[in-house]
Parts: sequence; C-alpha cells; structure tokens
Amino acid sequence: MTADTKPLTYRVNLATPLDLRGYESQEGYAAVRKALKELQPAEVTGLMKAANLRGRGGAGFPTGVKWSLVPMGADAPRHKYVICNADEMEPGTFKDRLLMEGAPHQLVEAMIVAGYAIQASRGYIFLRGEYVLAAKRLERAIEEAKAAGYLGAHVLGSPWSFELFVHSGAGRYIPGEETALINSLEGRRAHPRAKPPFPQIAGLWGKPTVVNNVETLCNVPHIVLRGGEWFRGLSQGKSKDSGTKLYGVSGRVKRPGLWELPFGVTAREILEQHAGGMQAGYNLKCWLPGGASTDFLMPEHLDLAMDFDTIAKAGSRMGTGLLTVVDDSRSILSVVRNLEEFFARESCGWCTPCRDGLPWSVRLLAALERGAGQPGDLETLEQLCRFLGPGRTFCAHAPGAVEPLQSAIKYFRHEFEAGIATPAVQAVA
Amino acid sequence: MSTAPTNQPYALHAEDFMAIEEEMGHYADPRAASIGALKIVQKRHGWVPDAAIPAIGRMLGISAADVEGVATFYNLIYRRPVGRYVIKVCDSVACFLTGYEEIGAELRKQLGVGLGETTADGRFTLLPICCLGACDRGPVLMINDETHFGVAPPDIAGLLEQYP
Repeated sequence: MTADTKPLTYRVNLATPLDLRGYESQEGYAAVRKALKELQPAEVTGLMKAANLRGRGGAGFPTGVKWSLVPMGADAPRHKYVICNADEMEPGTFKDRLLMEGAPHQLVEAMIVAGYAIQASRGYIFLRGEYVLAAKRLERAIEEAKAAGYLGAHVLGSPWSFELFVHSGAGRYIPGEETALINSLEGRRAHPRAKPPFPQIAGLWGKPTVVNNVETLCNVPHIVLRGGEWFRGLSQGKSKDSGTKLYGVSGRVKRPGLWELPFGVTAREILEQHAGGMQAGYNLKCWLPGGASTDFLMPEHLDLAMDFDTIAKAGSRMGTGLLTVVDDSRSILSVVRNLEEFFARESCGWCTPCRDGLPWSVRLLAALERGAGQPGDLETLEQLCRFLGPGRTFCAHAPGAVEPLQSAIKYFRHEFEAGIATPAVQAVA
Repeated sequence: MSTAPTNQPYALHAEDFMAIEEEMGHYADPRAASIGALKIVQKRHGWVPDAAIPAIGRMLGISAADVEGVATFYNLIYRRPVGRYVIKVCDSVACFLTGYEEIGAELRKQLGVGLGETTADGRFTLLPICCLGACDRGPVLMINDETHFGVAPPDIAGLLEQYP
C-alpha cells in the first residue's frame, strides 16, 4: 500500500496508530507545512475544486464549493469554525471509525488544513459518544500536534492561530444532520435548523461554519500535497468522481469488510471480489448501496459503478458507499420494519410528518409482517412515502426513511400484498 | 422516573466542577458544555441525579429546564439509576441481518429483564443502541465503554461473567 494508490488507508494501523514522529516520517503534516508556507487560503480551496472532491458523508456536495461560500478577508467575522462530522451512525456504515482509530493524526492534519483554507479560529471534531477509543486516540494526537506547533497560537510561526477540540456526543442519530449537529454542539437538543441561512454564513454561534465528514476531510492533505490532477486520476477513469473511496460490505457475505478502492468500481467487484460473495446457503435478495437511508437496489444492478451519478440514475443514492446485503432468508417486510423502527426511534420529534408518520409506518409494516395487514395498508404506506418525502419535512431524516420503504414496495410489492389478511375470517356480530 | 423537585441540595464534586470548567473553556458559550457536564456528573454516579440538573444549570448560566431538555434528549444520558454495567445491543439493520434478535433474546433470557430494565441485583441494564459502526463484525454490543464484536448466543454467558 502506498500514498499513490491508497492515500486514506496506507498509514492506518488499528493496533498501534502512528504517533507524531511516525506520522511525520510518512509525510505527516507536510500538507500543513506546504499550505501555510506556499499557498494562500483561497488556493487550498481552489485545489479542492480542481480535485473535484465531493462529500463522503452521503450527500456528495463539492467540498471546494462549500468552502468557497465562507466569507473571507478583512471584513469576515473574526471567528469562523470548521467542524468534522464524526457522528458516524448511518446504519450499515463503518468507515470513519477506521480512519479515526487507525490514523488519528491524518484527521487532525486535515482539520488544520481545512481550518487554514477558511481561516477558521477553531475546529471541533463532533464524535459520537460510543467511539471511546477514537476519542482517546484523537485527543492524544491533538496534544502531540499542539506540542509540535501545528496547533495553537501562530501555527508554525505564521500569523494564523487555530485550536482544535474533540466534542464527544451523547447519542441519537439526528446530530449527523449538519444543522442538528450545530445545535447539539451548542449544547441544545439536536433539532435541525431551517436553511437558509446556510452554516457557511451563519452556523455555530451564528458564525461562518463548515461541516465536513471524516472521510472527506482525510482526503484534503493528500490533495494539497499531490494536486487536483493526481486526485482525479485515482479513480482510473472508472467514474467522473475522483479519488478513492472506502467501500464496504456487511450482511451474510463470506468476507465482510472495508476496502479503499478507486472511486466508481462496480458493486459486483466489491461484493464478489472483495467480500467473497454470499455465504453458502444464502442468495442475494437486494442491497442498500450506502446506508439505511438509501433505496434498495436489486441483483441486476450489481454491475453499476458505485459513484454518485450512476447510483442516482438507478433510482437510489450512493450514500456512504457501504453496501448492506440482504439475503433471501429474510422477508423484505422484516428488513424494512427494522429500518423504519430505527428511523421512528431516532426522529427528533420536531416536525409532525416525521414524528407521527414513521411510527405509523412501523405499525403497518409489523402488521403486514404478521400477515395481519388490512386492505388499504399498502396504499397508506405509499401515501406516507409521499407525505414524508422531500420538501414535506424540516430535514432529510424522514425523506431518508422513505427511501428503503418506497423501493421495497417497488421491488417486492407481492410480499406486501401477501401480508394482507383475507377478509373472509371476520366474524359477524 | 422522578423529576419532582427535591429538597436535597446538590453540590458538584470539586473534581467535577473543575472538569466542567475546563469543558466550558472549549466553547464560545458555556451552554455548549451542557452535554459534557451531564457526562461528567454521570461518570460519578452512573446516572444524573435530579438535584444535579439545577446545579449544572447554575454553573452554565442556563435554566434547569434547559439542562433537563438536553438530558432527556440524548440516549447516552441516564436520568434514572442504571446497573453497574450498561449493555447496549445494536439493533440496526446490519446486526439485524447477522442475528441481533438471537443475541437480544439470549440476553433477556439470561438476565431476566427486558430492554430498558435493570437486573434486581443492580448489575446490568439492557438497552438498545443505534448502529455501532462495526457492521462487518456484527452482531455488536457494548458493555460500558467496551465494544464486543461478532457475538453469538453461546458467547453470552462467558461475556457476562467478565462483568462481576
């Protein structure tokens, strides 16, 4: 493994992550030095645009564009913030844990470079509370980086000062939504905020704020060192999207796991070559391309490139890029019921369609699963898919919840219909 | 859960006071330390006692209601006593597909409690938890701060023995 083919993971060591000296001996903090000595902040942002780096948290928003919306220059607010969204909790996703536990200095370096690009005064790594080991390792990396002058007042003797903190959360899925994350970081209930204003203009404590996912940020130092063209080349022409991607598979496959691969490899390559295919006795029924809030795809979609546009064209979203494989021992109703139980429990309760609609969908799905569904239940579920869809709710939680439900109905309608009890058994009073 | 006002005054432990003060220094607004403060108090007692809520509020300059609002929103803050060990079983989709239901059933059987309950001897509390980010090694559960991967029903008895 080298920096040239697997930049994100070549320095990952889960047992004993590199300390400062070890990390520095493998190009560590070279990007901070280069950025501060050779590049203007806007040039760093320009590099992200040239690289076509897109967000790895699920939405795929161009990172350079996000950063370029932050007010810069002498008139900009004195305090600006960069936040790492390390609240990894999308069911089926297990990539950021590896990056933080296995290469904590890489994320610290990335935060410093991102902070420099938008001239932030402070950074926060918003880490989910359960990631205890990651917290310990990141805190230690921050202490080491501080002692070496990469953090604190006048970073590497420059006029720019930057502080970095780990903020360990206390649970719930909703802080993964960026405006809910900001409320949570401010010490409030994690309700989402209305947009606009976007966080880049008015985010944390009303100041310009950039929120990026762990994996997205970890690409940043490599782009600064090797350039946008190099980064575009990493996907080897497999996709318009550039760089590598952490792809993974969970479910009843032979070798579940996580791999750094060129952006845009096919789902079949990931599933069959890397994960070894299905376990004996299990067949592939359907799969989620990138977390609980993505639409199911079918076995016939396996030859699609795992990139943002291709998976979107097939009617789903690449999301986090980690496949959850559903085997044929499961009824689709049980899987969707499990997914909607999750979304119902994790609804923050702020807006009505989500708070009331999701538990309703769970009740209907549980009834169908028992074979006790009523005529009209399927239509009610379809109606809920519309009422909870994009534009009807405050944030993306409910629309995300709808994705696996609507696609399950699309591909497995017969299973839903089979759950409706025949009316003949009704007793006459 | 009792949220009735209590007459017992609560004094933050000196160490906790200092730890919360340090947390406050990380943020532009002291309120942002509310989650950290709740976690610090919880570390001492295993849960957040009622009387600690206004004490935290006074320290951060926010109302007790605001602190309570935060405390009751987040699932890792406990507003009633829990066992010495809190078992958090992942029930999200990847663990569902690899057999969390069997793990959950075995735990309920061996502990004799349901989700959200504590064993009579005060040793274990059983809770569900969202995806723990280790789906390639499911089913996954946490016992206090330790994460256990690839748990199968026959492992449960041995696992529980490690937590006296």
